[in-house]
Amino acid sequence: MNIHEYQGKALFREAGLPVLEGVHCKTVEEALDAYDKLGSEIVAVKSQIHAGGRGKGRLYDSISGSITMEGGVKIAFNRDDVETYSTNILGNRLVTKQTGEAGKTVNNLYIESGCAIAHEYYLAILVDREEKMPLIMASTEGGMDIEEVAASTPEAIHKVHVDIEAGVTSQQAYELTIALKLQGDAAASFVEMIQGLFSLFVEKDCSMVEINPLVRTDDEEMILLDAKVGFDDNALFRHPEIVELRDLSEEQSTEIRAKEAGLSYVKLDGDIGCLVNGAGLAMATMDVIKLYGGEPANFLDVGGGADEEQVTTAFSIILEDPNVKGILVNIFGGIMRCDIIAKGVIAATEALGLEDPLVVRLVGTNFEEGRRILADSGLNIHTAETLADGAEKIVALIGGDE
Amino acid sequence: MAIWIEEDAKILVQGITGNQGTFHATKSVEFGSNIVGGVTPGKGGQTVDLGLKKVPVWNKMTEAIEETDADASAIYVPPRFAGAAIIEAADAFNEIKGGGVIVCITEGIPTLDMVRATSHVRAIEGVRLIGPNCPGIITPGETGGAKIGIMPGHIHAKGRIGVVSKSGTLTYEAVAQTMSIDEGQTTCVGIGGDPVNGTGFIDCLSAFEADPQTAAVVMIGEIGGSAEEEAAEWVAENMSKPVVGFVAGMTAPPGKRMGHAGAIISGGKGTASEKVAAMEAAGIRCANDPSEIGAVLLKSLQDAGLR
Repeated sequence: MNIHEYQGKALFREAGLPVLEGVHCKTVEEALDAYDKLGSEIVAVKSQIHAGGRGKGRLYDSISGSITMEGGVKIAFNRDDVETYSTNILGNRLVTKQTGEAGKTVNNLYIESGCAIAHEYYLAILVDREEKMPLIMASTEGGMDIEEVAASTPEAIHKVHVDIEAGVTSQQAYELTIALKLQGDAAASFVEMIQGLFSLFVEKDCSMVEINPLVRTDDEEMILLDAKVGFDDNALFRHPEIVELRDLSEEQSTEIRAKEAGLSYVKLDGDIGCLVNGAGLAMATMDVIKLYGGEPANFLDVGGGADEEQVTTAFSIILEDPNVKGILVNIFGGIMRCDIIAKGVIAATEALGLEDPLVVRLVGTNFEEGRRILADSGLNIHTAETLADGAEKIVALIGGDE
Repeated sequence: MAIWIEEDAKILVQGITGNQGTFHATKSVEFGSNIVGGVTPGKGGQTVDLGLKKVPVWNKMTEAIEETDADASAIYVPPRFAGAAIIEAADAFNEIKGGGVIVCITEGIPTLDMVRATSHVRAIEGVRLIGPNCPGIITPGETGGAKIGIMPGHIHAKGRIGVVSKSGTLTYEAVAQTMSIDEGQTTCVGIGGDPVNGTGFIDCLSAFEADPQTAAVVMIGEIGGSAEEEAAEWVAENMSKPVVGFVAGMTAPPGKRMGHAGAIISGGKGTASEKVAAMEAAGIRCANDPSEIGAVLLKSLQDAGLR
């Protein structure tokens, strides 16, 4: 689960970490009030969406579609600037490198005091799967596209693995100050900050904390100028306060509904709907559709023990996508019995009045019975023996419609 | 021979009185596995009906291992308690018999709990953790065999192919593919789809390399992380037996989690095409489609003079 920058900053502030004063706003009026209240002549006007690359993004008018402004994060030098920028941002679509072409509507704004920046750094904490330990990544090359830095000059990114019980040791913190070429007050400020930030990462079960940029001010203070914070979905049960920060408008409504039904769904751009049990097999099904010249419309894993109701929900979610022209069902019945799945498929196609071509491949437990049930149903359901066979059939059936 | 789990292994079930625990333990007994009992805190002294047999329940893993001399444990406890269950099992196996295999089936364990659990297990020599969020491990026997997990037992047969996979149903697909060319399996290991897990590809590959019964290995990867690339490097340097592979997620978009917590392409890393390229460069023949794994395996066995 991801949160907005303004929410991340509030968590940091609560934990005593160095952030600038800022106000969360939803209207232009609130933005102007925030400017008056902050009393800082120069402020940053920051679009709040769950995606990176905001500064280099482009805003489009939500109705006319014309460009309203370049850049989703702006420096305002006076009150008029605040008004102009907030008007150009709020309610409009921000398209960045990470949002896709559709972009995201900006409903939230963060007005933050300015500061005199001496240098920008990059800082992130995440879990390194290979070492099975939390990892701190820091670089003097902050403020820019860190993926580019990682590709062109990987040695510029300093990495420290941290024992989760011990936390960031003095030695490790010192090592990081050397890597970031920090001295005096800035180094002391950094040591305190990194130890606190790591504790927050562990306490709140974060999946990632990324600060780009972390800045050193002219006064040799270290300030967290950015806050990209993600949480481990599996640990949310012990953080009700984090769950409250969830912004459902940032998530796909069908993906939310799927999650509630115990299904895992990701919408894609193609026209062949997929209904599969198991994440790996679901990905493989998409791959094989593509191999036979088709385009998958979604990833959908119904899980290990899906019942008739879940299968029906899965079908209805797939069919909500207007691009879907046909569906491939691929079930390897292990715990799940194929006869039960066959009945679910029939019930769902009847309940939803499915007219698109449907190819079903059932293998594993009770597959003969499952195939017989489908054949006897009198419905227009094609069966397949292998995944390749199924993919070939659905691609041909859809092609034939054109 | 097999790896880590012999076909007559004595197996405990943690969370045996829960729905999942009872259901899958019953299936294991039906398959012919030697389930010797289970553990549920607070329910010690009870017995659980597993259909063909009734088995005792203990409060603690130490008691259960002392009484049964178990070789392995399957964990079906809910996600919030699973990390602690792994640590309890590791300590108990270490204390009572100096080793054991822990198979954690549970899905949805907090990542940092797994960071703590794996770091604990790593420090104990002789204890192996498989999973979590995996189908488990199975060593098919002449009749029955050791089925520790949720895989359908009946699709397997004793043979000479080792199978290792991140995915559940895709593992069954791979097993079915070996059967399609009349080859059975020595041991099949599902290592799980979580970002932080116990046993990895390299552990499995090196055990299969050392196992005289295993003639070739099928390795199934998926997007996310770099475990496949590291395994490929290991294979190039150390593996004498043929390895064939498949990687799921060629069409997965970056930044989207594909079901498994670990199956995500982030920062341009962990793509399927990178993994396939690394595997093929290491001499691992990869199928483009799971339905072709059998054919690719057959070709590899023939080229190695094994068919």
